[in-house]
Amino acid sequence: MAVAFDEMNVPGADLRPAYRELSRWLKETPPDALEYRRQEAELLFRRIGITFAVYGDAEAQERLIPFDVIPRIISAKEWAVLERGLKQRVRALNMFLRDIYHGRDILRANIIPDDLIFQNPVFRPEMNGQDVPHDVYVHIAGIDIVRTDADNFIVLEDNARTPSGVSYMLENREIMMRLFPDLFARHRVAPVERYPDALLSTLRSVAPLSASAEPTVALMTPGVYNSAYYEHSFLADKLGIELVEGRDLIVKSDEVFMRTTEGLKRVDVIYRRVDDDFLDPLTFRPDSALGVPGLMSAYAAGNVTLANAVGTGIADDKAIYSYMPEVVKFYLGEEPILKNVPTWRCREPKDLSYVLDNLGDLVVKEVHGSGGYGMLIGPAATKATIEAFRDKLKREPEGFIAQPTLALSTCPTCTASGLAPRHVDLRPFVLTGSQQVTIVPGGLTRVALKEGSLVVNSSQGGGTKDTWILDE
Amino acid sequence: MLSRTAENLYWLARYVERAEYIARTIDATLRVTALPAAYIGKTNEWESALLTAGVSASFYESYQEATEQNVVEYLAFSPSNPSSIKNCIEAARLNSRSVRTALTSEMWDTINSAWIELQEVWGKGTSSREELAKFLRFVQETSLRFDGSAYRTMLRNDAYWFSRLGLHLERADNTARILDVKYHVLLPEEEHVGGPLDYYQWTSILRSVSALTAYHWVYRETLKPWLIADLLILNDTLPRSLASCYSNLVRNLDQIGVAYGRQGASQRHARGVRNRLEHSHMDDIFQHGVHEFIQEFISDNARLGEIITKQYLI
Repeated sequence: MAVAFDEMNVPGADLRPAYRELSRWLKETPPDALEYRRQEAELLFRRIGITFAVYGDAEAQERLIPFDVIPRIISAKEWAVLERGLKQRVRALNMFLRDIYHGRDILRANIIPDDLIFQNPVFRPEMNGQDVPHDVYVHIAGIDIVRTDADNFIVLEDNARTPSGVSYMLENREIMMRLFPDLFARHRVAPVERYPDALLSTLRSVAPLSASAEPTVALMTPGVYNSAYYEHSFLADKLGIELVEGRDLIVKSDEVFMRTTEGLKRVDVIYRRVDDDFLDPLTFRPDSALGVPGLMSAYAAGNVTLANAVGTGIADDKAIYSYMPEVVKFYLGEEPILKNVPTWRCREPKDLSYVLDNLGDLVVKEVHGSGGYGMLIGPAATKATIEAFRDKLKREPEGFIAQPTLALSTCPTCTASGLAPRHVDLRPFVLTGSQQVTIVPGGLTRVALKEGSLVVNSSQGGGTKDTWILDE
Repeated sequence: MLSRTAENLYWLARYVERAEYIARTIDATLRVTALPAAYIGKTNEWESALLTAGVSASFYESYQEATEQNVVEYLAFSPSNPSSIKNCIEAARLNSRSVRTALTSEMWDTINSAWIELQEVWGKGTSSREELAKFLRFVQETSLRFDGSAYRTMLRNDAYWFSRLGLHLERADNTARILDVKYHVLLPEEEHVGGPLDYYQWTSILRSVSALTAYHWVYRETLKPWLIADLLILNDTLPRSLASCYSNLVRNLDQIGVAYGRQGASQRHARGVRNRLEHSHMDDIFQHGVHEFIQEFISDNARLGEIITKQYLI
């Protein structure tokens, strides 16, 4: 594996300009002062209760995501490219979804094989021919971006279902501004605080026609035991909307109402952080206690907007991912601005045999997995693990894709032995409303805190950083 | 607002109030039992602490004897006692988490910090009287901070009113329970007994509702059992009296009624109870039986809780 690109120091070259002030500041700041503020940051996180749950870990029902106080910095020029690329990609995702659930031009053009759609468990036949307001399916997208050198931003994953992490973008900034006012004074950092307003406008803009002029928006959560519950309550609070659970909602004559102390009140837009499967026990999983019976029929009647729409999983599926460059070209007639990671589709015999021959060098992912679970990182795995994976692959090749191990870029990070480079990725959030696509300059930077580790997922010991987009 | 949010706010306030009340009960009992036996007689004060906390029956499912150690453990830390201080604080935090959007950051901070301290400092209980005293102070301070931050930072809207309803309903229940267990030492016929034995019982009652100093300011008298009963039942100026709790319940329910443009069963019921308290005199109450009066009050108060739940919370 090649030496990773460091976003601050390129060996044998000058400091990269965006990091010049930070580097100077780091030299002036004694290490114990940094350590002291790191502890202070941790205390703040705990007091505010910014926690997440790790499933299957009874000891740590509520855990803190480690926060690294060294910001990750992106220049205005770099951001401009990213922004254009993200808008392009999300526009294509929305057009793709509209097409898949209507005319299916892309299948007839033989760009994507039929069975990849129709035999995919995240494809929702319930959505066939169903119109959604303003043809927006993915109102909130979280696109995972990595970089491998100074010039290239690469999309690692599209998250088009219920992407989380935006509360960290906002809270990390709040805490950094409290702890490092001096460092902010030396930079011009684009603010992120507009995100809740932008999100609310986006959600209101997609209200169904039958809604009143002042549509009622609610955020639907699976409840306090969900791993992202803090984020749900945080966002509902910032947006000034009700945080509802399934049991707070009721469907009557194809309209959705919430139970309030003053009786039933109609809800027009639901920003749902509940997976498709659990939305409506009458349509999806009958054992779901999180959902609302009849919600899908209200949705079909056009009386409520769900954000994101039902069935968006087909767009962020890892098997579909590999077709994204073609998808962008097909709908927009443009070259994709953001690259894809080269991907081998194990469902194709030629690709499979290559993957089986090179397991030790590749990252193999489950097509439907997320959160960094169930993947094989070839170079870091033991022989036994690789062999076990080989069996799994042979048994169910269509369940996997493989990618080269990317040398993710690194950023300076606080470690037990002082500052050291650690691998990072970036999740910016893209909002699509009836009229426009909005991206607040920033995102969630995740950092793999273990030396050499490439896994940034919070469920696997990753941490976060504040992400600064410089405003020049 | 969401019915569930109102319900959570209501129970959150109840749990915090209950935790404080249990702490006060333990505190007052510790003081009485520290006295030489000659001053308090043969009654087991820990037994009556269990009774005032309303957990006597469930206590004996796990313990043989109401000793100080057993009762303190059960009232303060036991996971199997739903009303233990530990469980109250945990329930309060769970409720807070469910309604974070309806709480001010000061209120959340109070509950969350208390919950963290409960685990980190008090996870293993207490091993000495000194530690226990510290723990009880921590619980009372948490309640004061919570109440104070609600009072100082919440918008005066339905969220505030529902939380006040929970507080006053719980408080009325607590005061009534002490009276229910201790009414016999407050009967005027026993005045002639008047020995030190009852005197310390009376101060203990007053202490558990933080009214010992208040008594002297109100009556400018030595402790007289019927005046103590008067203070706890009918005196509107004492925040933990039944009368004061009902003035507050009526006021908060009226505010909800006005805001929603609709009165209902809970407003009528609360007004009924308040009127009865307003028009009662201690003489009549003694004549008709303090015990009967209190028992009736407890069931009326529980009934109000049910009506509020039906009208607003589900």
